[in-house]
Amino acid sequence: MVIPVVTRTRSGVAFSLALGGSALSTAASAWALAEVLANGSIRYDLGGWAPPVGIQYVVDEVSAFVALVVTSVATLVIAGTRRWAEREAGARAGPFYALVMLLLAGLGGMVVTADLFNLFVFLEISSLAAYTLVFLGGRAGMLAGFRYLVLGSIGGAFYLLGVGFLYFSTGTLNMEETATILAASPSSRSVQAGAVFIFVGLGLKMALVPLHLWLPDAYTHAPSSVNSLLAPIMTKVGAYAMVRMFLSVFPDGYLKDEALVADGLLVLGLVGIVFGSVAAIRQSDIRRMLAYSSIGQLGLIAVGIGLATPLGLVAALLHVMNHAVMKGTLFLAAASVRLSTGLSSVNGLTGLGRAMPLTMACFTLGALSMVGIPPMAGFFSKWWAAQAGVESGQWVVVAVVLGSSLLTAVYVFIVLERVYLRPALPAEGHEASEETGVPVDETGDAPDASDEGVPAHVRGASESPVDVVLPLAVLALATVVLGVANSFIVTHVLEPGVR
Amino acid sequence: MTTDSLLPIAAVLIPAGGAVLVALTTERRRNLRDAWSTIAAVALLAVMLLLLSDALDGQAARTTLLEISPGIDIALRADAAGMVFGLLASALWVVSGIYAVGYMRGEREQKQTRFFAAFALSISATVGVALAENLLTFILFYELLSLFTYPLVAHRETDEAIVAGRKYLAYTLSGGLLLIGAAAWLHVLGIDATFQPGGFLDGTTLDGAAQWGLFALLAGGVGVKAAVMPLHSWLPSAMVAPTPVSALLHAVAVVKAGVFGMVRVVAFAFGPALLLDMGAWTVLAGLSAATVLIASMLALRHDNLKRRLAYSTISHLSYIVLGAALLGPIALTGALLHMVGHGVTKITLFFAAGAIHVRTHKENVSQLDGIGRQMPITMGAFALASLSMAGIPPFVLFTSKVYLGWGAAEVGQQLFLLLYVASGVLSAAYLFPIVVRAFARSSTDHARYGEADMRMVVPIALTGIFALVWGIAPDLPLGFFELAESVAGDVFPAPVAAAGDTP
Amino acid sequence: MIEEIAARFPYWMCAALIAVGLFGMIQKRSLVKKLIGMNILQSAIILFFVAGGLREGATLPILLEQGAGNADAADYVNPLPHVLMLTAIVVNVAITGVALAFLVRIHREFGSLDEESLIEQVRQ
Repeated sequence: MVIPVVTRTRSGVAFSLALGGSALSTAASAWALAEVLANGSIRYDLGGWAPPVGIQYVVDEVSAFVALVVTSVATLVIAGTRRWAEREAGARAGPFYALVMLLLAGLGGMVVTADLFNLFVFLEISSLAAYTLVFLGGRAGMLAGFRYLVLGSIGGAFYLLGVGFLYFSTGTLNMEETATILAASPSSRSVQAGAVFIFVGLGLKMALVPLHLWLPDAYTHAPSSVNSLLAPIMTKVGAYAMVRMFLSVFPDGYLKDEALVADGLLVLGLVGIVFGSVAAIRQSDIRRMLAYSSIGQLGLIAVGIGLATPLGLVAALLHVMNHAVMKGTLFLAAASVRLSTGLSSVNGLTGLGRAMPLTMACFTLGALSMVGIPPMAGFFSKWWAAQAGVESGQWVVVAVVLGSSLLTAVYVFIVLERVYLRPALPAEGHEASEETGVPVDETGDAPDASDEGVPAHVRGASESPVDVVLPLAVLALATVVLGVANSFIVTHVLEPGVR
Repeated sequence: MTTDSLLPIAAVLIPAGGAVLVALTTERRRNLRDAWSTIAAVALLAVMLLLLSDALDGQAARTTLLEISPGIDIALRADAAGMVFGLLASALWVVSGIYAVGYMRGEREQKQTRFFAAFALSISATVGVALAENLLTFILFYELLSLFTYPLVAHRETDEAIVAGRKYLAYTLSGGLLLIGAAAWLHVLGIDATFQPGGFLDGTTLDGAAQWGLFALLAGGVGVKAAVMPLHSWLPSAMVAPTPVSALLHAVAVVKAGVFGMVRVVAFAFGPALLLDMGAWTVLAGLSAATVLIASMLALRHDNLKRRLAYSTISHLSYIVLGAALLGPIALTGALLHMVGHGVTKITLFFAAGAIHVRTHKENVSQLDGIGRQMPITMGAFALASLSMAGIPPFVLFTSKVYLGWGAAEVGQQLFLLLYVASGVLSAAYLFPIVVRAFARSSTDHARYGEADMRMVVPIALTGIFALVWGIAPDLPLGFFELAESVAGDVFPAPVAAAGDTP
Repeated sequence: MIEEIAARFPYWMCAALIAVGLFGMIQKRSLVKKLIGMNILQSAIILFFVAGGLREGATLPILLEQGAGNADAADYVNPLPHVLMLTAIVVNVAITGVALAFLVRIHREFGSLDEESLIEQVRQ
């Protein structure tokens, strides 16, 4: 059976090809998920070689689920950032979309592969595409892209080293066989070392504190069409790979009892939640705020994985989906604001509740979901994580997970206050435009006394065109729909997947 | 005994639908917009009245919406206790909706569309809180209530309002988080958190630590909105909101959601028997008794009328919490009656304060000399309500206080009986001087003010009169007394164990 | 196969190279030197795999005689790690190539490859 996610064309030379490609892969993932739910896992031996000799692709509930999340969010984001891509990539739209497709192909491959080394290859493919996409973001993006590349390759190298240790202990690279052999043999130093190296490598890719250093710059300075794409899905696939290690590679409880990886994840996740949220409060650039918020939210995923119980993994995977949707919403909304006003500072959002009601309504939905207001998706991430914490008797986890809602509320409401409550400030935030070349102030520099001090950017701002708002609205509504549907997703997709 | 029906969900959706209509109507057509919210209010009351007869028959109407988490449904059930609160909120929404129109126009407030939409949404959430069948549904609406009332608190958009809004959210969201923690815990323990008379935890085998942990989370969570000290400080700050908000939401809907939650926790989650066994009722009773006294004293010190009323609210809310904590059927009846009585009384006081502010822009007690002669109906209603607050017969709060005191005596806690009497005196001490000033002193300010707009005066008079009517005949016309008694009967199937009986 | 790690020397060598590589990537101010550090790190890991596949006294994994179906696997070097490393080398070359392209662009844009001066320029 063919795994369509990876066999997609990489030759997207234009927007429509890219959109079509990702839409196709979304449909394929959805079909794969339906198939898995009905008939169990799909296996595909690449080139006809059966494992352990050949590379096998396996689609089970979890991988089909993550694939669907990644591809559908990517499709919406690609649709929503067309105008940005036109502006930023210009004549080079072909290579640009080729990179995007390469990224998606890499991520899709990571999700479906059942081979440890193959995972490394896909990891590097997607990372390479991501480095380049970040690099496209102007002068600051160049530096951020190079730094991302350096740190990212350290992550890849560590992962590969860990795989080496595992391979020399077990003699196989197939995930399931590794698990079987590890379960049968006593634990050894080199397996433990391998687990730790893999943990560090994937931790870097999923921006686990303190391995997050690449993320804020990369998300802030990447082109708007890119950060909306990277933020929701890139780190999630790293997290998925981590989940996969717990589910398929290491035997039950191994990472918890033998290698301390689970506890490491738990502790770093908790630190990440607090650090990311607190750091987000202090940011004045909306993209940077969202980037730090991502670090905090990834902490929540790490905590779920680190609990190493079925419930914890359910919470982590559910949050993979929820966070992808929420962050997609928020970054797209930020991109929409920037499209209309040229501003990306938090102050720049002042008074936009009136000028861009739809964008801001979507932003608000995404933001409230992040805070965890029921019945939105973000609430249920916390709900399941809290349950997992209670079940394991980890009261610190429960307290931090719930408390993080308050921290999130702090930075979210700093923004929302500006958007809806603050009277528009006298124009002071015009600086951000030179980087993108967006004309901020078309009325010229003479302040118009008749406009009662409404800054020019708000006066000039109007709702983004429908092709920006529509995908945004779909994502925003998804935060509500997925929240309401969480019970179905958990019982039918995730729980069978993690058992 | 329940019957499936769509009425409970209709009760939640009507105000929400009203909010949508309000939001879609532009500022230019404000008469239409304000008509929408009034129509929604009347429709809601009609639905609640339809539900009432079923509730009185013990046939609570029930709507199950969807499974929100494995084994937990979002479900609404119009049982007697929920109806007390739901009816109260919806009945008072009708009057305060009309009042709000007069007030907002009189004050020329900005962004009225947002105001009325959020107002209607808050009522929707309040009805949801009232009719929630299980803990998770309760949390859902409880959190939404915090969220929807936030724009109302911060409505003025001044720095003070924004700071108050932050404080408000910080407190109420924290409360919600405690409840979520408790709900997750219960779910993991495999306990079905559906509210039941006598408590869903009654008869479960939990160790002491779990019992106390859950009690702290649940009582703490609802205690924030019930403004039990030391969790009260958001309420006086929230008084920066426009007065209709203070009147309906911060004297009736939001704070009563907390108090009502406390009743749910005490009587429908833990159950009297378990709380008696744990001894947890003493904690609750101690805290609320202290709150009653301290808040009354603080009310004496505040010259700002709305702040004085806010502290008075804190004090009276704890009457109700104390009544629930006493774990006796009569005290519980009294607590529910006090919830109703305080609602209608305090809303009158706030209405009057708002009317005065609209006409005179005065907000301090010391400025009110002689105002009674200029605004006789407003201040007359204020006087009626003050009498009620002090517990003078035959006003409604006299009835409830008799029940509360009698309930205290029934369970052998005469000390609390004394407390109720003493705090009645304090209520009189912080309210009567206002009335005396208004009528007896001559005005230092010779400007003629006159009564406020009819849309404000009529609601004031109406609620003032009901503070009297419900004192004489609490069943007219909404059957509050019968409902309260039926709740007490469900929670305490005879014979009753009383708190004082245990060593 | 764990016994094969008995030959300790190559592993210490790899560990030293990894340390050198990491040091270069983190400590050096010049972006080119960072890139060199990265290459050292990657090479170290390739060496690790290659060394892991070796075994004492074994020969190339090629069946010279037709029909020698009963050849003892222990007589041959494990070929799989070496094959994997071909792929890994390709990946590394790709990353290095992209990184070099980045450096060319950065140099053209900023006129420098010194990290601190770049940060300085971006800040302005």
